[in-house]
Amino acid sequence: MTEQDIMNPKKMPLQPEKATLEGKNKFLGFWFFLGGEAVLFASLFGTYLALNGSLNGGKSAEEMFGLPLVFIMTMLLLTSSLTSVYAMHHLRNNDFKRLQLWMSITVILGLGFLACEIYEFYHYITDYGFTFRSSAFGSAFYTLVGFHGGHVVFGLAWITALIVRNAKRGLNLYNAPKYYIASLYWHFIDVVWVFIFTVVYLMGVL
Amino acid sequence: MSTLAASNKRSFWSVVWDYITTVDHKKIGVLYLIAGGFFFLLGGLEALAIRWQLVKPMNDFVSAGFYNELITMHGTTMIFLAAMPLIFAFMNAVIPLQIGARDVAFPFLNSLGLWLFVFGGIMLNVGWFTGGAADAGWTAYTPLSTISPGEGMDYYVIGLQISGAGTLMAGINFLVTIINMRAPGMTYMRLPLFTWTSFVASALILFAFPALTVGLFLMMFDRMFDSAFFDPAMGGNSIIWQHLFWIFGHPEVYILILPIFGVFSEVVSTFSRKRLFGYSAMVFATVLIAFLGFMVWAHHMFTVGMGAAANAIFAVATMTIAVPTGIKIFNWLFTMWRGSIQITTPMLYALGFIPTFTIGGMTGVMLAAATADYQYHDSYFVIAHFHYVIIGGTVFGLLAATHYWWPRMFNRMLDERLGKITFWIFFVGFHLTFMIQHFLGLWGMPRRYWVYLPDQGLDLGNAISTAGAFLMAIAVLILLYNIIKTAIKGEPCGDDPWDGRTLEWAVPIPAPHYNFKQVPLVRGLDPLWVEKMDGRKEMTPSEPLDDIHMPNNTVLPFVMTIGFFIAGFGFIYQKYDNALNALIFVGMGIALGAMLVRSLKDDLGYHIPKKELEKEARK
Amino acid sequence: MEERATFNEEFIKEKRRQDMRHQVLTFSMLIIFTLISFGMVMSDLNAMFVRMVIILFAVVQVGFQLYYFMHMNEKGHGMPSLLFYGGCFAGFLTVLGLVVLTWW
Repeated sequence: MTEQDIMNPKKMPLQPEKATLEGKNKFLGFWFFLGGEAVLFASLFGTYLALNGSLNGGKSAEEMFGLPLVFIMTMLLLTSSLTSVYAMHHLRNNDFKRLQLWMSITVILGLGFLACEIYEFYHYITDYGFTFRSSAFGSAFYTLVGFHGGHVVFGLAWITALIVRNAKRGLNLYNAPKYYIASLYWHFIDVVWVFIFTVVYLMGVL
Repeated sequence: MSTLAASNKRSFWSVVWDYITTVDHKKIGVLYLIAGGFFFLLGGLEALAIRWQLVKPMNDFVSAGFYNELITMHGTTMIFLAAMPLIFAFMNAVIPLQIGARDVAFPFLNSLGLWLFVFGGIMLNVGWFTGGAADAGWTAYTPLSTISPGEGMDYYVIGLQISGAGTLMAGINFLVTIINMRAPGMTYMRLPLFTWTSFVASALILFAFPALTVGLFLMMFDRMFDSAFFDPAMGGNSIIWQHLFWIFGHPEVYILILPIFGVFSEVVSTFSRKRLFGYSAMVFATVLIAFLGFMVWAHHMFTVGMGAAANAIFAVATMTIAVPTGIKIFNWLFTMWRGSIQITTPMLYALGFIPTFTIGGMTGVMLAAATADYQYHDSYFVIAHFHYVIIGGTVFGLLAATHYWWPRMFNRMLDERLGKITFWIFFVGFHLTFMIQHFLGLWGMPRRYWVYLPDQGLDLGNAISTAGAFLMAIAVLILLYNIIKTAIKGEPCGDDPWDGRTLEWAVPIPAPHYNFKQVPLVRGLDPLWVEKMDGRKEMTPSEPLDDIHMPNNTVLPFVMTIGFFIAGFGFIYQKYDNALNALIFVGMGIALGAMLVRSLKDDLGYHIPKKELEKEARK
Repeated sequence: MEERATFNEEFIKEKRRQDMRHQVLTFSMLIIFTLISFGMVMSDLNAMFVRMVIILFAVVQVGFQLYYFMHMNEKGHGMPSLLFYGGCFAGFLTVLGLVVLTWW
């Protein structure tokens, strides 16, 4: 495949994200990376579950966690997952404008999630004195949820960079895999959040 | 040797720049070999210092504190900075050639993985010069490691974090390379066994290293940011570290040994002039070992008090691993059976490996018996056991691979006579050092003690052990002499010096940087041998001669690594002065900036035009 | 040939539209599962029972995400699933170990 075919393809293939060897490699490598990420988050979940009873005299999960905010966060992230599916739908239809639009909506929803999370942490720290250093529970909570939040920040930066970089030149076989794996990453963030809201928040207040 | 010849013509700094920016898997393999070899010598010096301290009772060669640093750094260096990188050296040098690929799947990540490992290794060793290296044992058990004063353990945490990230990248790279980059006809069940075992080891890296990453993060938070994971006073629990460490640590020993099983499979098959006996059983056993390897981590923790049920489960699971390993041992023996065996240096290592590793395996089964383990635990018996598997397995294998693939990498044969002398001295020295340690352990000598009292029946055993260690050091010096001698005086060895069976020997020596002018067609297991048996000298090409696509060199991985390296110092020293947080921002800024450049700047590689290839062919 | 190509394209477009409808259906399922989970936690049901059900719902939700949102139901996902589920298995053992064998 020549450079011309990759950068300005005459006709988009059915799955532009896997049309080049680089695309195939990225697709496979990124899925494997997510397999590693699964172990990483499992280790953090395990640590959290081992330490969520170690309050060190502080408030317990049941006394602190408010479900309405968590519900809003869940909805924001879940919807952003759907919008990035729409983006991938338009990627395969070679509709670059809509791809950019849905990716941008994904970013906005992600920012909303992040704002809620920052507010939540701020609320726990100022209202309950529940910090990273106050107990083993605190350390484990902020590390698990914070790692997820860090992934959100990285994902937002990544998708934004993609949107800005490619705004002027449209879709081609070089950047299609990049969009695709960024969207996989975003879905994975949502997958982890499903376990966080179940294990940390719902089981926390139970 | 292409690189040596080239360096005569080009300036020194242009060669250095070439190696810093290279994405060529063959050059990256050489860099892994150099860096891993350097750390191997460093870890060896630490071992000699340990043995010299223990040569006689109540010795005062080193202080107790320094002894702790020596044992910690010896273990950490040998596992993370010597054994694994040396395995990566051969994986890089050989695997793309073995599967008929022009490069790895992610040349950029390959380079990044290398530099992260190098600078992580440097980071670990910086501790020596800033008031003491890591000193809580290579396993860094909490709370000892979290209360250890000074910055030694901080360097351990940050250094391992950086080099561990590099290892994870290398693992993913090889997984994708082996799946996506195989030549036509190279089906999974025709993969050479070294490729198969490296594939499985890469999957183990993928699943095991994230647990270490998390463990190291938690320790970093506890040590540098006052969190409470391992602090019982705040409700923490130090057992968590042990779990996370061994969930990583046990697969890690299979990461170290599986590719070596592959090396020996290639060596035994090549020098018995027979195809490997029970190829599919070997593949199956490899996968089974990897699978079981994930379910046995707690056998390192029999004595922490998990209870009889847990101990029993992990004991039985551990003993099960002896079965697939036994399959492998018998397959090597049957490969040799009725073969026309050539006793070359790599073959000697293979012959030495089989009984040695079997002994190590059997002491492993002894240790797996949970009740008996209460007696062996933390004694020299354990030291003897894991040195029998790691030296008798991994190091023998690496030395075999060095002699076997040296001509492939450097266009020189290592001197066979010197090689055999190296083997015998190393072999005798090894058994002298570690056989007696089984008994020292059973006689009651605990590990990690810097002195022992006289006249407790430990004097002679320790003296013998130290003598053996120095024999091993002499063997390594002879190997170094061999390398230097053949580099200066040796003749180019030409193509296929061992009359090989697998694809890497079908590539001309020295290899062109694109490896294969035309990607070969693979027609069976041991593809080159298949062609040889059909009376051909070369592989049949699977494609017409055409332009070849290659990746561009890049300095970004190096820059990214420097960024993480700087940020590492920031994390370690920010506790003294908030201003030092600037280092974190500067370092992470450099690293993330390099990432952004990588993401935004198109890098499509370049093409070697067909005409140039034709011109080369005519020369 | 020309006609056939456009027909093919029409077919693919239609199929994609249908896939997208499935995605929206998946999304509504996820919302329903989430609502049930939150609802059950706020109800007075037996805690142990609720715990089991919401974990089951989480696993099912993740399955939907993987198969539909992340396209795992498409061809060519053999190796990705093998290594991703391998990671999940290692992760499961990790969680199990840390939950069961940390305090006693």
